[in-house]
Amino acid sequence: MKLYELTFSQIRAGLVEGDFSSRELSESVLDRIERVEPAVSAFVTVRDRGEILAEAAATDARRAAGRCRGALCGVPVAVKDNISTRGLATTCGSRMLEGYVPPYDATAVSRLRDAGAIIVGKTNMDEFAMGSSNENSAFRSTRNPWDAGRVPGGSSGGSAAAVAAGEVPLALGSDTGGSVRQPAGFCGVVGAKPTYGRVSRYGLVAFASSLDQIGTMSRDVEGAAALLEAIAGEDPRDSTTAAEPVPSFVGDAGIDLTGVAVGVPDEYFSDGLDPSVAEKVRDAVEIIRSLGAKVQTVSIPNLRFGIAAYYLVADAEASANLARYDGVKYGHRSDHAEDLDGLYRMSRSEGFGAEVKRRIMLGTYALSAGYYDQYYLKAQKVRTLLARDFEKAFESVDVLLAPTSPTTAFALGERVHDPVSMYLSDVYTVPVNLAGLPALSVPCGLSASGLPVGLQVVVDKFREPVMFRVARAYERAAGAFPAPPGL
Amino acid sequence: MAVERGDVEHVATLARLAFTEEELVAFTSEMNGILALFEELREVDTDGVEPVFRVLRRRNVFRGDEPGEMLPPDEALANAPDRHEDTFRVPAVLPND
Repeated sequence: MKLYELTFSQIRAGLVEGDFSSRELSESVLDRIERVEPAVSAFVTVRDRGEILAEAAATDARRAAGRCRGALCGVPVAVKDNISTRGLATTCGSRMLEGYVPPYDATAVSRLRDAGAIIVGKTNMDEFAMGSSNENSAFRSTRNPWDAGRVPGGSSGGSAAAVAAGEVPLALGSDTGGSVRQPAGFCGVVGAKPTYGRVSRYGLVAFASSLDQIGTMSRDVEGAAALLEAIAGEDPRDSTTAAEPVPSFVGDAGIDLTGVAVGVPDEYFSDGLDPSVAEKVRDAVEIIRSLGAKVQTVSIPNLRFGIAAYYLVADAEASANLARYDGVKYGHRSDHAEDLDGLYRMSRSEGFGAEVKRRIMLGTYALSAGYYDQYYLKAQKVRTLLARDFEKAFESVDVLLAPTSPTTAFALGERVHDPVSMYLSDVYTVPVNLAGLPALSVPCGLSASGLPVGLQVVVDKFREPVMFRVARAYERAAGAFPAPPGL
Repeated sequence: MAVERGDVEHVATLARLAFTEEELVAFTSEMNGILALFEELREVDTDGVEPVFRVLRRRNVFRGDEPGEMLPPDEALANAPDRHEDTFRVPAVLPND
């Protein structure tokens, strides 16, 4: 087995045992990037090879001196291109921020650096994290490593594809309405989104502030848990972070789920769910039942209103957040403006792509005089009802199991010209963001056409440990998930 | 309720976005498609339901009023498209004449 193929848990053990060095691992990963990147296009920026190898060698030296004890020390990580990295371009997949180099690190990034992780590069994404396919990137469309004619999902499609293709064992993404879980599901990797407020949003370029959370991706559950544990916790630079202490997310690798109450919400298995996805998810539920969990049916009655409520809230918040791009302090400035108002209008019109403009327009409309009560306020009330549905379900169960997405990865070009059909692909992921809950997607088999299917595990606020425990037990029982063939 | 071309132009002004004639027409029909999706929310009875603006009930997080780290002006201005000494430079706000 090549080093780039190892899962995080194999890497952690191998580095501790001295089976290989971080430098050797990093070389293997960089060679892999060189070989498959032309086919996958997961990255916007890959850092200089010499710098990466020097950093890796430095962690090896620290390890030899007994000063490299953390689980992430010497492990290569990719970072989504909307998470600020000091001195390393952060484009958000947008012409607006082409060439923008942050003068500071996001808190999540500085915690990774403190943990000794090696940042390899920045991954491609739908512009400003708006999209479910990576086709809204201003630079390139990332391909699904399982089928180059299909999308990797989005908006963290670059991170998911990079992890699936063996270009990196771990990656950070961001999840506003499913942007970590959906691409993880489409690419056959694990993707975890924490409770709202678990991870600092300082340095995460804002899209919809009441929904945005940084999440983690890995080829195994342990990696997603370890990476999340490293970046979680209160941050004085983000007043919306939670004061709750961060427990161990990695926990133990026990396979016994006796005493865990599992709910399967009926509404997630209704019309529009691909039968081949439903079958794999049902099989996974049976495996989890066989490990000792008690399974019952529960109900999330307002599920079907999630999409409308989500897109209203997200677009309204985006229209306000993206008002900062005015061609003055950073970002694209138009050469065609004659006065200040023209500078704003022209810089924004030239810098933003079609989907970003669409969302700003919808959000501005929904917040404009006369429409606020009808749209934004109504959506925030529906949000309350959805959150109550989950609260009620969690009175009787510990975790919910559901599909991550209604279908497997769709074809490039299939939905990009039909915004409504693109939005509907997020139907199973957005409710969790509206309610602020943690959730992850873990691969649960291949569909009839050979594409990965994701099982979504949802838990109540601050119960990430049980989420990872169930996912890890399932992963062990189901056996190793295959790598994409033919890469 | 359908939006018309004029409504879209008004929203574009508010959002400081410029569209070509062709874009405006396409946008009007797209917006109507998406607003139809939003109309589904009318079905939901929300009488007496409080809106959620933040999912964690944490408010008023204070810190000590002490100076912290600051970005040096050169770093803060490093991404500026145009600068004049330690300021961002923009075109004239008021007409010159």
